[in-house]
Amino acid sequence: MVTPKKKNTNLHNGLVYVTQHWQLYVFFLLPALALTIIFKYIPMGGILIAFERYNPIRGILGSEWVGFKHFQRFLSSPDFLRYLANTLKLSVFGLLWGFPVPIILAFLLNRIESVGVKKKIQLALYLPNFISVIVLCGLVRIFLSVTGPVNLLLGSQINFMTMPEAWRSIYIASGIWQGAGWGSIIYTAALSNASTELKEAAVIDGANIFQQIKAVEWPAIKSTVIIQFIMQAGNIMSIGFEKAYALQTDLNLASSEIISTYVYKRGLIDGDYSFSTAVGLFNTVINVILLVAVNKIVAKMNDGQGL
Amino acid sequence: MKKKSRFARYSLQDKALLTVGFLLLGLFVIAIVIPMIYVVVASFIDPVTLQNKGITFDFDKWTLTAYQRVLSNKQIWIGFKNAVIYSVVFTFLSVLVTMLAAYPMSRADFRGRGFFNVIFVITMFFGGGLIQTYLLISSLNLLDSMWAVILPGAFSVWNMIIARTYYQGIPGELREAADVDGANELIYFFKILLPVCTPIIATLALWQFVGMWNSYFDAMIYLNDASKQPLQLVLRAILIQNQPESGMISDMQSTAERAQLAELLKYATIIISSLPLLVMYPFFQKYFDSGIMAGSVKG
Repeated sequence: MVTPKKKNTNLHNGLVYVTQHWQLYVFFLLPALALTIIFKYIPMGGILIAFERYNPIRGILGSEWVGFKHFQRFLSSPDFLRYLANTLKLSVFGLLWGFPVPIILAFLLNRIESVGVKKKIQLALYLPNFISVIVLCGLVRIFLSVTGPVNLLLGSQINFMTMPEAWRSIYIASGIWQGAGWGSIIYTAALSNASTELKEAAVIDGANIFQQIKAVEWPAIKSTVIIQFIMQAGNIMSIGFEKAYALQTDLNLASSEIISTYVYKRGLIDGDYSFSTAVGLFNTVINVILLVAVNKIVAKMNDGQGL
Repeated sequence: MKKKSRFARYSLQDKALLTVGFLLLGLFVIAIVIPMIYVVVASFIDPVTLQNKGITFDFDKWTLTAYQRVLSNKQIWIGFKNAVIYSVVFTFLSVLVTMLAAYPMSRADFRGRGFFNVIFVITMFFGGGLIQTYLLISSLNLLDSMWAVILPGAFSVWNMIIARTYYQGIPGELREAADVDGANELIYFFKILLPVCTPIIATLALWQFVGMWNSYFDAMIYLNDASKQPLQLVLRAILIQNQPESGMISDMQSTAERAQLAELLKYATIIISSLPLLVMYPFFQKYFDSGIMAGSVKG
């Protein structure tokens, strides 16, 4: 863009632009903008009720202000640390176990020489992605039930779904089963950008696989890996509600109750709007802090290149 | 190029490494395929045998009863119908709004681009949360309306960024050749720009369709009326809550028989409900790479 000589001309140019290109604003941008304002920004304003004793009849502005009371109540309750720990453990372990698998899959797929075989393997790998959360959790419950195939196979009668100590592994393993193949697509695509000439040269130079990966393949996917990592690490606190809720049983709550399921139960089932809004807000704020922190750390390790 | 020689050119160490890697890959594929085959076979097995022995290839023990019972259940069909309506409307609306918004956002000359970008991107990381969105939907009188599950997620910022990146990869000559002035942007967009965007449209449409088809949470909190519920909620009753509609199993005499039958019905339900997407997906596969490539470029 050209540097403006005077503020007035800049404003004038802007007006001319808008009148000439009004269609861009009205037909193209407005629908998305309206949806964003109504369904994203208006609810943000509603966050105020986290600081009130909200009364639906009196409305947001008419309800009594209570300051940070709900936050104090949550932070000082014995459940707080447990739910926070459950949330953090689930997503941090999920990230540590789950993040490398798609990358490794992509490296391996990239080494398959027969195009036909590669296509067939990819077809199988992507398949679980199209199964719904409900069906996935239904499958997990069937396979791990007392009379299910896993117990038939082991000749045992273990009720895995009632064991808090097994819950996290079940959640993470089924997540990898479902998502790793699909997650590898983005790396496979990036790897196809790797220069074949460079790779041929590396092979001729006698580089072994690790050296080839370091010299040719890693540079091709590095920026994708970083973006993916920041996005996933930044979403640590917003780990999915749907799957956790569908895998919960009354007996595994000790490890399966995470902040988002707690917010749902306290808010929409018990009707404690203010308290659950406060808990949800706490969750969001931590998430934003984490995102900024991860972005900073990665940027530092990556010569100043963040998101 | 001689393809056969490539594996042979690796050193012994590399061959060992690759062999281990491919074995693990093979195991992963088996871990995906075996459970699926198991479910398919199990859905045909007689309920008593299934509970006591698991699957069998003794075809005397095979039966179609599970499919008959599931397919003659009304609620499943209502769920299917609703899921199709919601997913189609949502996909159409979402892709349209997203592709429209991405267009001005892709143009370097667009005034206010930076400002609108900030407005959009903030919502990726910060939101009002579950309770506020619920209260909003309720005050808009959208409870028990299909728009409650369609509108809030119809515009996806992430997809907009991907579409924007895709537009930016389209040569500028296309626009110059079309000789656009500010007045006929719409014609240019629908007649010239969109037709060259098929891969990205197909990709986004698939994502949105699958996302809506497979989700249950919004429907669970916004749609209480049984006639409005999509398939996933019907499935949830059968698979997660162990509460199949009583009509499906009520003719059985004992509790044990009902439990066995309920277990069998789960398998058939899984097959019937997952089939449409699994059949559809290979047709879209060719678009994945090109679509994802656009997304992998930094927005």
